[in-house]
Amino acid sequence: MRDLLRANQRETIAFSVLVALLVSYLATHPAGPTTYVMTIWANQCLILALAAIAQFFAVIVRGIDLSVGAIMALTNCIASYLVIGTGAEMAFGIIVVLAAGVGCGVLNGLLVVYGRIQPIVVTLATASVFVGLALLLRPTPGGQIDYDLADALTLDVLGVPTALVITAAVIGLIWVPLRRTGLGLGLYAVGSSEQAAFQSGMPVAKIRLASFALGGLFAGLAGLYFSLVTTTGDAGIGPNFTLNSIAAVVLGGVALRGGVGTLTGAIAGAFILKTIGALMFFSGLPPLAQPFVEGLILAAAIAIGGADVLRVKNKLEVFGR
Amino acid sequence: MSRLMRRLPDIDSLVPYIGTILLILGGSIFYPQILGVDYLTQQLQISAFLGLLALGATLVILLGHIDLSVPWILGGAAILSTSLAGTGDTVLTALAIPAALLFGALIGIVNGVGVAILRIPSMVWTLAVNSMLLGVAVLNTGGFNPKGEASNTMIWLATGQLAGIPAAFIVWMAVAGMMALLLTRSGFGRYLSAIGYNEKATFLSGVSTPSVIFAAFAIAGVCSALGGVLLAGYANQAYQSMGDPFLLPTIAAVVIGGTSILGGRGSLVGTIGGVLFITLLTSILSVMQISDAWRNITFGMIIIVMLLLQTLRKKGG
Repeated sequence: MRDLLRANQRETIAFSVLVALLVSYLATHPAGPTTYVMTIWANQCLILALAAIAQFFAVIVRGIDLSVGAIMALTNCIASYLVIGTGAEMAFGIIVVLAAGVGCGVLNGLLVVYGRIQPIVVTLATASVFVGLALLLRPTPGGQIDYDLADALTLDVLGVPTALVITAAVIGLIWVPLRRTGLGLGLYAVGSSEQAAFQSGMPVAKIRLASFALGGLFAGLAGLYFSLVTTTGDAGIGPNFTLNSIAAVVLGGVALRGGVGTLTGAIAGAFILKTIGALMFFSGLPPLAQPFVEGLILAAAIAIGGADVLRVKNKLEVFGR
Repeated sequence: MSRLMRRLPDIDSLVPYIGTILLILGGSIFYPQILGVDYLTQQLQISAFLGLLALGATLVILLGHIDLSVPWILGGAAILSTSLAGTGDTVLTALAIPAALLFGALIGIVNGVGVAILRIPSMVWTLAVNSMLLGVAVLNTGGFNPKGEASNTMIWLATGQLAGIPAAFIVWMAVAGMMALLLTRSGFGRYLSAIGYNEKATFLSGVSTPSVIFAAFAIAGVCSALGGVLLAGYANQAYQSMGDPFLLPTIAAVVIGGTSILGGRGSLVGTIGGVLFITLLTSILSVMQISDAWRNITFGMIIIVMLLLQTLRKKGG
């Protein structure tokens, strides 16, 4: 057990912080730890967590994705047209929404791998295109999502918020198996050293494409879940999610230089970020001071994460970071 | 002759100028007024705002870092200068611009400390600094548009003309000139690219890399603040989130100008071309009165095409 904790030091820290924050949130919330309070909290967290997972797949192969929010906006707008009606219609709608997410991710991947442009620049440009497409669909916020489906996925199952069940399913059914496949290993290999991965015969181009496709898929899922929570389509949701997803993966112990960190860490980071925001709301601070304190906590959390740099014995070690 | 060749700018930095000329010619087929002196002077004036930000961003990107705190350094400087000038007091009004620039430099140093000492990735640290500045601004102004107005100097700098040339453009070129001298004629400039290529090697050759990083971020902060001052002069007020629309175009302008986002390689000449290109592109797209949606799509596609051209040329050559 101790070895396990030590091996996953970054995640352990992130999880302890999360538990501490959650306890103080539930303690300060006037209604106390009811299912209702937990459900609202978990829904908000899951949206950002899915966005953070999308970001994780870009960051783990030493990239960055500035189009996460834009893909969410686009898929949100598509969902606001298609995820309504009979069961078959909704199923078709969901498939189209997720396919759009994957499509956006693959486009990013093709431009990065075959266009040989840096991911940060590619996604900066494609984000503009995706937001444009979203605006074509929904110049003003509107549309509707099937309420029954939304209720089924955003309320609770036997007192446990559905969002938490989904989170557990993503970790248990997607991440844990994926981590054991060749692709899972390849993601870390390419992120640690693209050249070494290439020279050991790994299909680097395919792995990068796959990681962008997975990123697009999760950005699409984030957009879909956002639609279920808000039940409308809005093309303007992007920028906040993009920046917060980057902050979330860093808080969760994923290194921006690639190859370090786990998907669970990214999820924990997203939950931490949202819990800080929720905590602010009930903390009794004057509302106008809240954005500042929120920024301060974010900066402090990141600075503490980087503080072990002050302990290194050989100054040259810091350049590897 | 070979010396002359060496002094010619890199072809990467010429691409945006060619693009700009094509834009003007292409646009003038549909809208002849684009070739008019009035329109083009106005474009030079408007591009100065983005241009100042992009000059600072070029330094930071040459280092291999990125500065996401541009929007609220700009916003903070605008709020600070307009509220000082808005008091009506002569001394405070005179102090408006220096105070704003000092503010920019200070925040730049805060950025530098996080990046150089704490070794936090610049993308995350400057983002956190940006959200703290936003918080301070909200706390100060109560979420409303801040009171105050621009001083006469600020208004003149932003909208005035000197011999038919917009003052803002002259300010931009003056800053660019100083920065070019700094980059080509001082050790600082060489260290900057050297750190962008290989920080460890630069440190081992005896360069105090943290101070170079501090200086670069501080200069970038001053540039963003100056951009904020001019923008406040242009609008005669400061408003919430006035800097947000500038962040991504700034990075796009630097990259289109041929500066590598990984650091080490790039030029100010290219950045200036990138700024002109992006300003004209935005302007022509709005002259065409197409919807926001198509403007976004065209903007993104054209940037992708420009970048693909750069790679294709490198592969061929």
